[in-house]
Amino acid sequence: MAIVSRGFRGRPRAGGDRLPPGQYLVEDFPVLSAGPTPRVPADRWEFTIDTEEGETHRWSWQEFMALPQERPAVDIHCVTKWSKLDTHWEGVSLDVLFEDVESAAEYALVHSYGGYTTNLPVEDLLDGKAWIVHAFDGEELEPVHGGPARLLVPHLYFWKSAKWVRGIRLLNEEWPGFWETAGYHNYGDPWREQRYEGD
Amino acid sequence: MTADHLDGNALAGPLAELFAVDVTAATGRCASCGLAGPIAALHVYGPEPGLVGRCPGCEEVVLRLVRGPGSAWLDLRGALSLRVTLPE
Repeated sequence: MAIVSRGFRGRPRAGGDRLPPGQYLVEDFPVLSAGPTPRVPADRWEFTIDTEEGETHRWSWQEFMALPQERPAVDIHCVTKWSKLDTHWEGVSLDVLFEDVESAAEYALVHSYGGYTTNLPVEDLLDGKAWIVHAFDGEELEPVHGGPARLLVPHLYFWKSAKWVRGIRLLNEEWPGFWETAGYHNYGDPWREQRYEGD
Repeated sequence: MTADHLDGNALAGPLAELFAVDVTAATGRCASCGLAGPIAALHVYGPEPGLVGRCPGCEEVVLRLVRGPGSAWLDLRGALSLRVTLPE
């Protein structure tokens, strides 16, 4: 006799189909850090894009803030398994920053104040998929969350959304970043649960 | 020790999984500034996504340890050497 028990199916997970496999929901905003929190005053902040041909595009804080602003509302997923839905940010689309950048490079290495790096394909930065953000929930982005500005690439695990972002180097060859050289996955798609090397 | 990091003794358990000796008692030399001292004196950030041991002198990364399911990754590029005291 077949016994079918609903008990083993488990309850529907909070977050439903917006929660990638293996993730759980949080309401707070956990802080994970690989080093001391850099304090970068706005008047000393700059953001650069360096092309594979050695051309540098540079924005001061004032120039950056004068660019067209967007307000993305997105879900974020940390590789340590927490997810947070409907987070509200304000910043500049990478499409705007790449407007005058001539490059055929396929790979990007993002680097931050404090020395952190992370890598991703250039195409993952474009077409409305990534921003440099300076505000969270209507408030100036706090230093512990990456202020004055961080990268936001919500379709990849959140370690790719580098805090304290300082620039992007465009490269013809892939150059793995800080966590990508220490066992974490090179791409980090939460929907394919690409947490570690080999996943 | 400041509020945002642990001291190097937090590495004792995770490193004991990999090494037969207590690595936190070994003397490490920072590849960036040359400062030598016990691994237990590192400033440790983490444990998630991984343990990051930084030099108490210059804050550069001396050691990184990531523990995944079934594997651990250890990066000692920031340590010029580890001196481990052994019986004669």
